[in-house]
Amino acid sequence: MKAADGQPPAVDRDPLPDRQIALIDLLDRLLSGGVVLTGDVVLSIADIDLVRISLRALIVSISEQMPAPWSTTASPVRDGHDG
Amino acid sequence: MTETISYAYAVARDDDGTLDRALSGLPGVADASVHLVRAGHRGELVVAVSPVPEQDFQESALRAHLEDLDWLESVARAHHRVIGALAERTTVLPLRLATVYLDDERVRQMLDARQEAFAGRLSDLTAHTEWGVKIYVEAPAATDRPAAPPAAPELSPGRAYLSHRRAQRHAREDAYRDAEEIARRVEDAARHHAVDRVQHRPQQGELARGPGENVINDAYLVPVGHAERFRADVLRAAEGLSGVRVEVTGPWAPYSFATPPETEPTRRAAP
Repeated sequence: MKAADGQPPAVDRDPLPDRQIALIDLLDRLLSGGVVLTGDVVLSIADIDLVRISLRALIVSISEQMPAPWSTTASPVRDGHDG
Repeated sequence: MTETISYAYAVARDDDGTLDRALSGLPGVADASVHLVRAGHRGELVVAVSPVPEQDFQESALRAHLEDLDWLESVARAHHRVIGALAERTTVLPLRLATVYLDDERVRQMLDARQEAFAGRLSDLTAHTEWGVKIYVEAPAATDRPAAPPAAPELSPGRAYLSHRRAQRHAREDAYRDAEEIARRVEDAARHHAVDRVQHRPQQGELARGPGENVINDAYLVPVGHAERFRADVLRAAEGLSGVRVEVTGPWAPYSFATPPETEPTRRAAP
């Protein structure tokens, strides 16, 4: 199986194959998407968020404030409009 | 003698009663086989469910398991596998990972109580798929390879170093500026085709796959008939500027759009 080049093998009839999907793309969707129902054995929504955060802490080294990527590095230095 | 409870994957519409077949032989979470719980006048509204060991999904156990990346991955992949099989045949409303009920009867009650809302959202999502659009800045970070000044004989080593650092910094600033430009173009291109957008947090950390730094991590809801052009136009919008990479993932089942827009204040619908 090829990974991560976005082209499923020709024999693959599944339009939504899971083999080549990056776990992080999946977790983005499974931990923050989907219908949230109050099941019978529940972590409340807030708890799920806590899980998300501690999980992020596990796999990321989370910074205190996750700064927007633009704001810190793309400083408003503009020298002309060619570009 | 393991007690089991019911893990619910997704709500779907089974108009012609063939959805069972899509699930036959498909291993769900904990390798259990997946079945459908029905509601609606003709049983056309279903929830895909499978039994899972109760001890793994009790609150404290679940909390601990969710911190275990291997456990989480196996559940996430199984969850996605089931949703993928359903999405191949019908419109699905994925449920949040680890939605669990005491038994199938409780799932049926939940489905009965929410039939209308589910049916409404399912018809909104019919013939739409989700696409992910990620933008990466590929320029080297300022901290990468701090030394390695180019041989410039007229400069002292100190000044050569500084000049090298300045060049690096400028390259990086340029790359961010280009990324903003690309983000604008991509958004314009996407908006022609998409009916909704959700912005996920940029990916960081061990699981984030480079190269480069992820700065945009969006999901778009796109009518099936527009999918090809959406993909092509988004990728074309990224051409021409080096140091910035755009990655399109999908089609996904509409995970990021399972909940209607008005309940999610953070997202902005594309006009």
